[in-house]
Amino acid sequence: MARIAGVDLPPRKRAEIALTHIYGIGRARALAILARAGVEAGKKVKDWSEEEANHIRQVIEEQGGVEGDLRKEISMNIKRLIEIGSYRGLRHRRNLPVRGQRSHTNARTRKGPRRGTVANKKKASAKT
Amino acid sequence: MARSVKKGPFVDGHLLRRIQEMNQRNEKKVHKTWSRRSTLTPEFIGHTVAVHNGRKFIPVYVTENMVGHKLGEFAPTRTFKGHSVKAAAEKTAAPA
Repeated sequence: MARIAGVDLPPRKRAEIALTHIYGIGRARALAILARAGVEAGKKVKDWSEEEANHIRQVIEEQGGVEGDLRKEISMNIKRLIEIGSYRGLRHRRNLPVRGQRSHTNARTRKGPRRGTVANKKKASAKT
Repeated sequence: MARSVKKGPFVDGHLLRRIQEMNQRNEKKVHKTWSRRSTLTPEFIGHTVAVHNGRKFIPVYVTENMVGHKLGEFAPTRTFKGHSVKAAAEKTAAPA
């Protein structure tokens, strides 16, 4: 069982995939880390030697920007936008899309599930 | 695409001149401007700029955190605050 950056990696996955279970590491970064650490991308986590695991740990620690630290950085950035009273902060505050997308329709990722008048509308159209 | 670093931040010439003038004379006056497109540079810190939002001038006090943002970001141009609950109820009641 390899534990890196406070996350248990799935032992039966290839290294490049297993590393993506860490917040802040995707496929590209996983491959870069493995190259730096000198571990094959296809090697399953359970087959890692203690030494290899430590190499990977070291590389990630050097680079930073994973898990809690990354989450904190992101929320600090958002907090800054809100505090300076910028338009982007305003959009964050209202949970609306920040980068100029339309919100007349769609934008469901930010706005969450539809709420309100859907049930009433159905009734109205059934009557007519 | 982001702006080339080579060019540096864009600030309208007239605005930058005014701010530098005020910095030299060490005075702080509210300066009205329409130049929403100007980036805030470190020279602006501590000044208050009145930014036009299409209708009136919104006073913006520039802090260190704001550097790198543009003036227009701090003067919203739209007034829409969301639908009232009552209006939504009327809308659905009308067709029935």
